Amino acid sequence: MASTTSPDRIKDLTTVLARQGILIAFILFMIGFGLVSDRFLTPENLMTVVRQSAIIGVMAIGVTVVVLSGNLDLSVGSMLSFATVLVVDLHDKLGAAPAIGVMLVATLCIGAINGFLVGFLRLNSLIVTLGMLSAIQGVTLIYSGGKNVDIADQETTWFAIFGRGEVLGMATPIVIFLGLAAIMHLVIAYTPYGRRIYAVGGNPTAAVFSGIRRNRVVFSTYLVSAFCVGIAAIILGSRVMGSQNNVGQGYELLVLSAVILGGTSLLGGSGTIWKTVIGVLILGFIQNGLLLLGFPYFAQWIVTWIVIILAVWLDVAAKRGRLFSPIA
Amino acid sequence: MAQVLSTPTAPRLSGAFRWLLRHPIWGFVAVVFIFFSFATAHFFDVQNLQNVLVQTSTIGLIALGMTLVMINGNIDLSVGATLALAASLTVDIMGWPVFADWGNWQLLPAVLAGLAAGVAIGALNGIIVWKTGVDAFIVTLGAMLGVRGLVFVYTEEQSFYAMNFAYSDFGASSIGPLPTLAVIFIVCAIAIHLLLSQTVHGRNTYAVGGNREAAVNAGIRVGPHMVVNFMIVGFFAALAGITLSTQMGASTPNLGRDYELWVITAVVLGGTKLTGGAGNIIGTLGGVLAIGILRNGMNLMQVPAFYVLVILGTILIAVLFLDKQLNRKGEEELRL
Amino acid sequence: MTESEPTLRLEGIVKTFPGVRALDGVSFEVRAGEVHALLGENGAGKSTLMKVLAGMYQPDAGQIVVSGRPVVMRNPIEAKHNGVILIHQELSLAEEMSVAENIFLGELPRRRWGFVDWKSLHERVATILDKLNCDFGPRTRIDTLSIAKKQMVEIARALTHQARIVVFDEPTASLTDQEKVVLFDIIRDLQRDGVGIVYISHRMEEIFTISNRISVLRDGTHRGTLETAETDEDEVTRLMIGRSLSYERNREAPDVGDVALAVEGLSCGRLFDDIGFELRAGEVLGFYGLVGAGRTELAETLFGLRRPTAGRIVLGGSEARIDSSVEAIRQGISLVPESRKEQGLVLSMNCRDNMTLPQIDDLTAGPFVSNGGEIAIYDMYRDQLDIKAPSWRQLVQFLSGGNQQKIVIGKWLAMKPRVLIVDEPTRGIDVGSKAEIHNLLRELARSGYAVMVISSEMPEVLHVSDRIIAMYQGRITRQFTAAEVNEDNLVQAISGIGPGSGGKARPIGAQAA
Repeated sequence: MASTTSPDRIKDLTTVLARQGILIAFILFMIGFGLVSDRFLTPENLMTVVRQSAIIGVMAIGVTVVVLSGNLDLSVGSMLSFATVLVVDLHDKLGAAPAIGVMLVATLCIGAINGFLVGFLRLNSLIVTLGMLSAIQGVTLIYSGGKNVDIADQETTWFAIFGRGEVLGMATPIVIFLGLAAIMHLVIAYTPYGRRIYAVGGNPTAAVFSGIRRNRVVFSTYLVSAFCVGIAAIILGSRVMGSQNNVGQGYELLVLSAVILGGTSLLGGSGTIWKTVIGVLILGFIQNGLLLLGFPYFAQWIVTWIVIILAVWLDVAAKRGRLFSPIA
Repeated sequence: MAQVLSTPTAPRLSGAFRWLLRHPIWGFVAVVFIFFSFATAHFFDVQNLQNVLVQTSTIGLIALGMTLVMINGNIDLSVGATLALAASLTVDIMGWPVFADWGNWQLLPAVLAGLAAGVAIGALNGIIVWKTGVDAFIVTLGAMLGVRGLVFVYTEEQSFYAMNFAYSDFGASSIGPLPTLAVIFIVCAIAIHLLLSQTVHGRNTYAVGGNREAAVNAGIRVGPHMVVNFMIVGFFAALAGITLSTQMGASTPNLGRDYELWVITAVVLGGTKLTGGAGNIIGTLGGVLAIGILRNGMNLMQVPAFYVLVILGTILIAVLFLDKQLNRKGEEELRL
Repeated sequence: MTESEPTLRLEGIVKTFPGVRALDGVSFEVRAGEVHALLGENGAGKSTLMKVLAGMYQPDAGQIVVSGRPVVMRNPIEAKHNGVILIHQELSLAEEMSVAENIFLGELPRRRWGFVDWKSLHERVATILDKLNCDFGPRTRIDTLSIAKKQMVEIARALTHQARIVVFDEPTASLTDQEKVVLFDIIRDLQRDGVGIVYISHRMEEIFTISNRISVLRDGTHRGTLETAETDEDEVTRLMIGRSLSYERNREAPDVGDVALAVEGLSCGRLFDDIGFELRAGEVLGFYGLVGAGRTELAETLFGLRRPTAGRIVLGGSEARIDSSVEAIRQGISLVPESRKEQGLVLSMNCRDNMTLPQIDDLTAGPFVSNGGEIAIYDMYRDQLDIKAPSWRQLVQFLSGGNQQKIVIGKWLAMKPRVLIVDEPTRGIDVGSKAEIHNLLRELARSGYAVMVISSEMPEVLHVSDRIIAMYQGRITRQFTAAEVNEDNLVQAISGIGPGSGGKARPIGAQAA
């Protein structure tokens, strides 16, 4: 009985507003902060925020891919601790390049375990990655013996370029973050692989009925996520030139917040990489703006709370066509 | 999780064994209990068993509420932050000048305020879930950050110390042979078990989680029902915050970090399904004890805490795997 | 409750949703002690009307009068208290709870402090279960019951209150024949107690068996009420769809080619056993049987989604090992699955992306998906199948059922399969689109496809098939050609009644051996 008469203009407008709500919110946000604080919209400040967001941003790209396929990855935080400790510790023992290589392989192995458990054994991703969160944390502590690690020769190592250097006149973390985002955006939006991820996330059963190897697709998303964590660990290790063994604690939730803010549905099948980038930047600018305005550091979390719920609420409301849920 | 285990011999099995099949986590509890009793010199000491109970009670209290919320098909990630908020409020308020000459009565408004804060956070979470229709995972993920932010802003990132020593004395006190905190936990566990298994609200909890649409059609007011359960978990998170701070005689803004993960682990180990509709307090109790005994026993064996993390993570995944294997329909299953 | 006053009277019920007038002034009445059948196509407004009756929707205008008293029912509980009870088609039971708790869901008897009064609950439920001849008790957990028994639990809900009106929505969908008999007994009992029954079903033979009167809905309006004794299927059909619908039997002589698919002794556990048949290019082979006869499972096995426990599949002359859908597609098998929304489509994707999904790896320009290639495929099948969508960018969730089904069919035609398997091609589709899809299937066969059609609608199988295979409980009972099949021998074959004296039909086993 669906009547396909074109909905009226106003409804179209609200739909567009809700669809692009995150972008509009972002712009309003920037204008607002810009009006209140004259230091906010300076190029130096903007660049600082993007640079500081790079680590969460790189991880969020990977997690977006996992979430698009309909799963979660809560293990990225402790994986970041693991990878950073490993790369920093091996740097002095093996040299920078082998350290990076070994760390990436080890991180990908952890991703492969996640991917095997969720993709091939079909275990619930929330619980699996929760278990892995704890297990990896333990492995990191066992490896480091509970001690923090650092790089002895901080001045001359070329490893410094990832966190502290510049490429093409821009801070390297920014280049890595935006470069990776651009590449992953192309992959997810325009390649057959990306299409398969959307299909598996949107309707896993229909995907299998369409000849997609769902297990492999899910498996691969965890490799992508682990790879992104590896990259984030390189930036972090290089910036700090050392690492505490719990440095990534809590990152999984900040990263997930950014992904959700970007409008990616936790049910899978809907979302884009570039919106995740916007989500990451919003988190970054909330933090920066509030600090510039003299609020305490953790006030950003309170604002993030409100922003996340409003953002998702608008999205949900637009889909159901009414603001409040009809449940009695 | 276990009725699939029933073999042709099932009718002849004793009641205890069938009970164990329904709560396999208690089998695990028994195994680790026996193991540590033999493997360590002091595990079986009365003193140590009391310790286990007290250590377990913090996560255990929250797990009671979380069981309700998860049977409902929701989840609450904000319990750790709520715990810290309640602890900070309570420890701070008892030192307010207004109550300076109240003597030990100054604990009363402080504790009430702490509990009220927990219930309020729960209500807020619940109402947002109900009215906006946003998934509880997202709502409480936001609250987890936001409430923790509130704690940091409120405490200005400082620890508070309880100036009234009656507060920390309470944490160390005993009723008969049992530590008071353990008694509180046991009483609460019995109460929530009765609530869940014998009352209309408790039975509706299963209906709402098992088949939301059926519950709506049957006229159960699903929204307010869920809000009540969020308030209950908020209450228990706050209570856990208070009991934890009596043990330390202080509160820190980082109190309860990662507790949501431990609690969810315990509840899932106890057989509650993430999708809702199934689970019970007896299982949750087993899950909580399993974690508590493992931590305590390995501590006594002087295994570094790191290994406990690895073992717990592995057990959690193994339980999930076993559950999946036991529920397989066999070779003719549709392979998707 | 006097004889003159109907138990239920609806007066000018209107219910609108944004953009749709779902019910447009519906009026009819149900007398005490009658079975009043409610008929209408999908989308005619039956389910909306039921939800209005059950208090789940509020009418925008009009009045509901129960036993002469106008009532307002704001929720299902109020409806129950007014004696109006809806028996849902989709099982609305909580699996981990007991039978008793499910029957009294939302109204568990209370003692002090909100505790459940188990004693009174179990006593009342035991009485009800006795009345229904159920062989399970009040304490049985729902997840240990079969689907049919669950349906009985659902029906037991009707007996918890002093019911005045009981609405049955497709109650026999999952019942066996014996259980149907019990259900009809219950309905007659209710009738005798003076309860008015609203009976919604698509199955004409049931309606003519049990009902006293028939009301027909079309496009949200009430098209008339007929005395069952004075009407026939044709008249009812005409009211339902606005014209007479005569499914022609398929009379074409197929121009068959080589054997495209041969199946020998194929078995899969308890699902089906020793299946053997041949399918030739250019013919439509119909599979007819009851729900649960193993037809869908057979299709899924051919498509690599189930592992056969015995038997061979021969494709184009050589034995094929098909262990995944990927392999099935590679070997030239396409499956249009039973459930469009759950298995056929990714509802959150657009028309084009859905249609090209199985071959997306081959539609590339460099590392990227070739936009032009995809649109070309979409355009081609949009025109060929006459898909009505504003553009390829439209998300498939916003298309009508018929157009959605055409997207799925187009998706599989685009794979140029040797064998096209179509499972329930017209389920939940309006009559117009049904005819289109039937013609399409015939045309596909004419153009050389080997087509296997699974259907639970007899007119449909008779209409499209060149040959028909009847299945019963996982086995092939008989095979017919279009010439030898008739409704009687087909019904016998799918009910497990052995091959009758009609010598024309031959058992399929002989051929497979």
